[in-house]
Amino acid sequence: MSTTEREKSAAKRNDEPFDEDGAPRGKGGEQASADDGGLGAIPTFDVTLRVRRYNSEDGDDESPAEAHWQEFTVTVHGTDRVLDALHKIKWEQDGSLTFRRSCAHGVCGSDAMRINGVNRLACKVLVKDVNPDKPITVEPIKGLPVEKDLVVDMDPFFQSYREVMPFLITSGHQPTRERLQSQEDRERFDDTTKCILCAACTSSCPVFWTDGQYFGPAAIVNAHRFIFDSRDEGADVRLEVLNDREGVWRCRTTFNCTEACPRGIQVTKAIHEVKRALLTRSV
Amino acid sequence: MAAPALEVPRSTPYRRSASRRSNYEMYSWLFMRASGVVLVVLVLGHLFVNLVVGDGITGLDFGFVAGKWASPFWQVWDLAMLWLAMIHGSNGVRTIINDYAERDTTRIVLKTLVALALVFTVVLGTLVIFTFEPCPVGADGALLPAAASFCPA
Repeated sequence: MSTTEREKSAAKRNDEPFDEDGAPRGKGGEQASADDGGLGAIPTFDVTLRVRRYNSEDGDDESPAEAHWQEFTVTVHGTDRVLDALHKIKWEQDGSLTFRRSCAHGVCGSDAMRINGVNRLACKVLVKDVNPDKPITVEPIKGLPVEKDLVVDMDPFFQSYREVMPFLITSGHQPTRERLQSQEDRERFDDTTKCILCAACTSSCPVFWTDGQYFGPAAIVNAHRFIFDSRDEGADVRLEVLNDREGVWRCRTTFNCTEACPRGIQVTKAIHEVKRALLTRSV
Repeated sequence: MAAPALEVPRSTPYRRSASRRSNYEMYSWLFMRASGVVLVVLVLGHLFVNLVVGDGITGLDFGFVAGKWASPFWQVWDLAMLWLAMIHGSNGVRTIINDYAERDTTRIVLKTLVALALVFTVVLGTLVIFTFEPCPVGADGALLPAAASFCPA
C-alpha cells in the first residue's frame, strides 16, 4: 500500500471513535497501530517547528527583550494538529512556551496564530497539511501587542467589538413569547453568526496592521450580525459607528479576512453589505 | 521595563477619535467607484481617437491636438479626464498615506504636498485647455514666425 493510501485509510479510520476491537482511540491505541505497521497504521514522523519567542522579562533597562526564533523537533502522528505539536513541546521539552488554547476543537477561538505565514487556528490545522518537510513557522497574530511568545493583548480587538454594540437593541415592551423571525430574515445574517472572535481575520488585515484604530473585520462582522437582524432596532446607530473614518470605508477589499476565517465566514462580503446599507441608508 | 520589541499597531494604547458624524469617507469611496468607471471610458476613448483612428499614431502632432481643442466637445472631454484623473489619483494616494504614514506630522505634510500638486496640475491644465491658441499673433496682428503651418497666412 502506498503512503498516501495508508494516510487516507488512517484518516478514514480516525472518523470512528473506537478501534475495531472496541477500545477507545487514544495515544496508546495509535502508538500500537503505528508499531505493528499493519493496515491503517497512523504514520509518525519528525517535524521541526520554528516558534517566535518573546519574554519581556528577558531584557533589562539597558537592553530590552527581543523576539527570537527557536526551533523544536518533535515526533508527531499523521493525525496530529499543530496544537498537538505545541503541546508536545510545552509538556516534554520547554515548559516556558506560552500560548492560549481552551477547547482545542476549533470552537472557543483561543489559539489563532500565524502558521507558515497565514492565520489559522492551531487546533484545526493538521501538521501533515502544512508541509512538514520544512520547518513550520509559528508566530503570534500580527497587529496586536505581544505579551509573551504566542499570547497577544486582545484588548484593542475587543474594544472595537464592544463599540459596535453586539447585543440586541429593541424598544417597547418585552413580548410575552419569543420574537419570531422568518427563515428568510434569519438567512440574511446566518453567515455572520458563526464568528468565534478568534481575531484571525482582524489580525490578517493589512489596514489593521498599520493602523490599529481601524475597527477591523471581526467588529464589522459582529455589527453585520445585528444590523441585518429583523428583530433588532439598533441598525442606524451601528451603521453610524461604522461610517466613521476608521470604519468600513477603510476596507481595501484584499480578502485576507475571508481567507483567514476558520469558520468560513464570507467576511469581505459582509463588510460590503454594510457599505451598501450605508450607501442606500436602508437595511 | 522597556517597550516590547515586537511590532505593535500605530497609536496604542487604544484611542479612537470620536465619530465626526460626517459622510466624507463614504462620498470619497463612492467617488472612486464612479470616477473609475467614467475614466475607463474617457481614457480608452482618448487613446483610441489619438492613436488608432485615421492615420493612427503617425498622424499625431501639434496640429492634431490644436484641431481637437478647437472643438468644445474635446475641450469638455479632456477637461473631464483631467479633473477626474487628478482627483481620483490624489484621493488614492491620500488613502495610501492614511494607511501607511505612521506619524501625524508625516501624514499632514504628505497630504498637503498631494493637495498642492493636485491644485497646481488641475489649474494649469484647465487654463491650457480654455486659453489654448494654436496660431499666436504679435502685437501688430501678424502671425509670429514660428506659427504652425496650418495657421492662416
